[in-house]
This record gives sequence, C-alpha cells and structure tokens, in this order.
Amino acid sequence: MEALAPPPPPPARRQVLVGASLAAVASAMLVGGMLAVWLLLRTRAIDAGESWLPSGVTIPEVPSNIMLIAFLPVCVCAQWAHWSATRNDRANAFLALGITALLAFMIINAQFFVLYELGVGVSDGAYGTLFFGITGVFLALMIVGLLVTLVTAFRLFGGRTDGELLAAHAIYWYAMSAVFAAIWFVVYVTK
Amino acid sequence: MTTIDTSPDAVATPSGDSAIERSLGAIANTLTSADHKVIGRLFVAGGVLGLLATLVVTVLLDLERVDGDGFLLDEGAIAQLIDAQRIGLVFAAALPLVLGLAIAAVPLQLGARSMAFPRLAAAGLWLWFGGLVLNIVSLANNGGTLGGDADMVDLFIASLALMALGAAAAAGALATSVFTTRAPGMTLKRAPLFSQSVLVFAGSLILVMPVLFGTLVYLFIDHRYSREAFGGNVGTLEWAGWILTQPATLLLTIPVFGLLLDQAAVVFGKRTGMRGLALTGFGLIGISALAAVTQRGLFDVTFDQDGADVVQELIPYLFFNVLPLLGGVVVLAVMAVLAKPQKGGTARPTGGFLLTLFGALIILLGMVGNALYGITDLELIGTAFEEGTTTAVVYGLVIGVFGGLAYWAPKLSGGTIGIGKSAPDALLAAAGAAVAAIALMVAGFLDQPSLYAGGASFDDSDLSIWNIISLVGTALFAVAVLGFVALVVGARRSHDADDEPPAGVQTVEWLTSSPAPDDNFATVPVVHSAEPVLDLQPTTTGSDA
Repeated sequence: MEALAPPPPPPARRQVLVGASLAAVASAMLVGGMLAVWLLLRTRAIDAGESWLPSGVTIPEVPSNIMLIAFLPVCVCAQWAHWSATRNDRANAFLALGITALLAFMIINAQFFVLYELGVGVSDGAYGTLFFGITGVFLALMIVGLLVTLVTAFRLFGGRTDGELLAAHAIYWYAMSAVFAAIWFVVYVTK
Repeated sequence: MTTIDTSPDAVATPSGDSAIERSLGAIANTLTSADHKVIGRLFVAGGVLGLLATLVVTVLLDLERVDGDGFLLDEGAIAQLIDAQRIGLVFAAALPLVLGLAIAAVPLQLGARSMAFPRLAAAGLWLWFGGLVLNIVSLANNGGTLGGDADMVDLFIASLALMALGAAAAAGALATSVFTTRAPGMTLKRAPLFSQSVLVFAGSLILVMPVLFGTLVYLFIDHRYSREAFGGNVGTLEWAGWILTQPATLLLTIPVFGLLLDQAAVVFGKRTGMRGLALTGFGLIGISALAAVTQRGLFDVTFDQDGADVVQELIPYLFFNVLPLLGGVVVLAVMAVLAKPQKGGTARPTGGFLLTLFGALIILLGMVGNALYGITDLELIGTAFEEGTTTAVVYGLVIGVFGGLAYWAPKLSGGTIGIGKSAPDALLAAAGAAVAAIALMVAGFLDQPSLYAGGASFDDSDLSIWNIISLVGTALFAVAVLGFVALVVGARRSHDADDEPPAGVQTVEWLTSSPAPDDNFATVPVVHSAEPVLDLQPTTTGSDA
C-alpha cells in the first residue's frame, strides 16, 4: 500500500526568541535613555561649578565590581542551560538554571547592599533621585530576569526541551549583562 | 473525545440562561478576549472616545481664545485643559487608533490564525486604558504639568508611564507577529506594505517608549521626593514633552502611508512595484523615532549666523525634520506611479482609499509645517504654528486610520462602507482638518502665542478671525468623526459583506469569510508572491511582478 506524502514541516515560529530579543532592545533603550539623562545632568552640574557627588558619599565599589563580575558566570550558566537542553540533558540544564537564579539573587542582594551603604537618600537632591531611579529600574529588570529563569525551569520541568525558551532566557541575561556594564561604567566608575 | 477537550454541554451554555446573564457573559468575554480583532476593536473604540473628548476640549479652548481675552474658563481650568488637549491628541487618540487598526488587521494580512503574544497585546490595551483613566482623574483633580495638588501630579506622571508601558507591550506583540506569524511562503519581502509599515512603526515604539518610561521614572521620583533635578511638575513638559510634538509624533503616522499604498494597488489594479522604495519611505519617516530617543522636541536652525554654526545646526535639522518629510514624499511618489493611467486599466476608487489619501496629504502638510517650524529665522517657535502642525499630523492620522477601518470593514465588522457613504465624510473630515490646521499656522505666522507656551491670552484682536476659523475647522472635523462612527455602526448592523474577495484586492485577508472568524482562516493560505489573491484571479490588469 502506498503511503501519503508527509506534510511539509511547519514553519519555525521562534516567537519567544524574537520576543526576548525585542525585550532586550527595550531594556537597553530604557537604561540607555536614563544614563543619557544622568550624563546630561552630571555635565550641567560640573559646568556650573557644582559638585555632582554629594559630599561625604563614598560609592561602595567592591559590591558593584562583584556584581559586574557575577554577570560573566550568569551568562555562562544561561548558555550552559541552553546547550544542555538542546541535548536533552535535563539534569545539567536544571543545575545551570539553578546557578543562574542563585547568581541573579546574589546580584539583587548586592544592589540592595549598595543602596543601604551609599549614605544618600532618594530625597537627597538630584544625585539621590537619579541614583535611586536608575538602580531601582535595574533591580526591577533583575527581578524580571529571576522570574524568567524560574518560569524557564518550570517549563523545563514540564518537559519542554526544544531549546527556544532557553535561548530566549540566555538572550535576556546577555542583554542584562550589557545593561549593567553600562550602568557600572557610568554610575559606579565615572560617577 | 480526548481528556483535554471541553465538554460540548459546557460550550453550548457559557453564560447562563437569562438575557442579562448572556449579556454580562458576552461583555466579560470581550473584555478578557485574546482575539486580536477584539483587542484591536477595543483599542479603536477607546481611541475614538478619547478623540471625541479631546475635540470637545479643543473646541472649549478655541472658544476661550477667540478674542484673546478669556471669558469662558478660569486660569486654573485652562492649564488642565491645555494638558488634556495636548496629551489627548497623542495618547488618547492617535496612539490607540493606529495601534488598534494594526492589531486588528495585521494578523489577517499575514495569513495568521492569531497574533503573537495576544495576552501581551491585551495587557498593553488595559495598561493604556488604565493610564488614560488615571490621567483624566489626575487632571480633573488639579494634577498635570501646572497642577497644584502634589499627589495628583504624581498620579499624572505615573499615568503617562502606564500608557507608555502599554504602548510598548502592544508594539512588542505586533512586531513579533510580523516576524513570526506570516503564512507559509510569505517572506518578509512579500508581506503586505501595511504590515511592513506596521513593523517599522512597532519597532519605533519599542525604541521610543522605554526611553519615555525611564524619563518618567526620574520625573516621578524627583517630584515625589526632592524636586531639585527636574524642576517639579513644570519640568515634566521640559523633559517629557518631546513625545507630544513633532518630529516624535510623526512615527505614529507610518502605518497610514503603508495603508495608502496597499489600497492604491487595489484601486489602480496594479501590482506594487518599487516595494523597496516604499520601504525606504517608511524608514525615512521612522527617523522620527531616532529624533525622539534624543529626548528633544525641537531641532532648529538659524540661517542668519556664521557658516560653521549654520552647518552645525543644519545637519540635525535636516536629519530629523526634513528626512521624515522626504519619506512621506517618496511614498506619495510610489503611489503616483501606481496611479499612472494604463491602457485598458480602470481605477476603482473606494471610500477607504479616499479617506487614507486625504489623511496622508494632511499628514504631509504637518510634516512641511514641522520643517518650517524649525527655521528660527521665521520666528515661529513658541507661536500657534506648532499647534497647527500637531493638529495636521494627528487629524490626518485619524482620517487615515478611518480609511483603514472602512477598507477592512467587511473583515472586521461583516458590513461594508461604500464610497457613496464615506466620500462626503472623507471630504468633510479633510476640509475640517485642513482648515483647523492651516488657520493655526497662519495665526502662528502672525505671532499668536501657542497655547502650550503662552496660554489662551494674546493682545492683537486681528488674530480673532484665525481662531474662529480654526474653531470651525475643528467643529467640522468633530462632525465628520461622529459621521464616521455612524457609518461603522451601520456597517456592523447591516452585515452586508460578501465572502468573495472584491475585485482587485491582493492580500490574503480577503480569502477568509466576512467577518473573519475567531481563528481567522479555516485553511492557512500558502503564498507565492506579494499579491497572492491577484494570482488566483483569472484576469488582472497587472503590469509588473
């Protein structure tokens, strides 16, 4: 008996991947716009002969540097999770996602520590407003990333190992690394 | 039946027995729907209501400044109304109307059964709507950029942030749809020009709205806690006002130009050649998004100064003000090529095309106005000329979107809006928009201060006539809007649309029934060219592939 010809394969949808890429672009624009305002107000203050950094304020550099360094293993683990999932190695994928979540939590904790140690309140002039604004947005993006990692792990637990979701997850963390690198340079190094 | 199928009994009686229960069930289904057509219609309905409210406010303000002396409203109310009008034109009217049309029509044009991330689009709708309601509440309770109630000013800033977030969410769903849900065989190059223009528009919103959101976060924190960095509530317009003026608002008009070309191909019975040139036109208008992300509302040039200084100002002026205008001209040139008479070819004008053409021409007037406004030697900055430019852009966009709603009425509502009914409305809307915008532009040339800069008062009584003309124009435009709403309601009730594709249509949305069912297509069409429906028809008047 002759068999019918198989139907053509469905077109690749990759909606999650495209959506994550657009979210990454939006995150970059969000933080990029805020950093541009930061640099503008900083330049205006310096040109007016004023001190940009309030007196008595010392930026805690160690935790901010550790946050930057921590993004390297975050990216490695997110990529590791994708690599493992595409090879159906669920144990390694779970391990990688777990470490990603742990590191993201650590970065959030470090950011709160910086806010606590800074010695500037949100109502302490322009610097306080901008510092809390930009770090607050960064914290929100980190919390979103942590939730994305948890949802990805949940979907993996449910049996979804097609790799697209984990690739989207990795893209988000790559974008967050770039975003924090920019924040680190402007807010913590250039000050 | 598998274990995951819904019981037929449960499907048959979803909302109880009584008429009230059924009505409530239908309302709940509509408000929680993930069907892109419903989400799009809700966006459009919200946009029309927002537009009508904004037009009422505009008429009140026009009455107030007829003689430049102020007789109708007290000063505090005027400040709130100016904010309401300015924000209403962009956030309550233009943005939801164009988003709604795109969400309703693009998945159909792409041959998709649903849009990508429909829940995200619905979240965008409700974020926008919630933001709009909070914005109205804040303005009604002494909020706004000149408001006296600190909490209401905070609410005002937060409401703008919510609307920006909603627009970004809806744009994300739209852009993902164009990238990922096209019918088999429909490459990005073969996608209809309206869908391509929506991709440029949605991409622009994804670039611009997060920047606006970030600035509003700063403004909110500053106003709430210190008021040192951004100048309190007065600083809101200085730092975020760029989204309410040109060139930023031009990015909202991109889909109107895509719609114009899609309809022109149908009206003149030709395949659209020069698709690359059309896309270039959309991209040039999209440069306005790059202007917006610089967070500046004005790129001006003074020619009466040293050559080096002129060049320094001229480059951003040309880039951000003239290139979008050039984009509009390029699209109209492509349309003119389509309209070139051919042997044996006959044009089949439709009401939708007329509306869209008039809308595009009035937007072009706004683009020309924007280019003139940036020349400081003309001394237009701070005058009513800016209002005229914004009026042209937004009213033109509204007319263009109405053209899309008339064009796709069979698929979106099941009825038709013929040219006999819509042509008078198109003429009235275009006349009203042109009169309102040009009168304000002339008043600007005669040095009448802008509402945005100097309030409703001015000294020169000779200016009254231009304010009266502008008032009449806005009133005519409002009547045309109401007339169009009546046409849409009539079409929805008539259900007179045929399932057969009308003559000359080219894109796949015409292959489904009228109105389109919940999942759009019983069979997803396979596409082999940019004009798949034209390929199916036995005889065409087409020229080139």
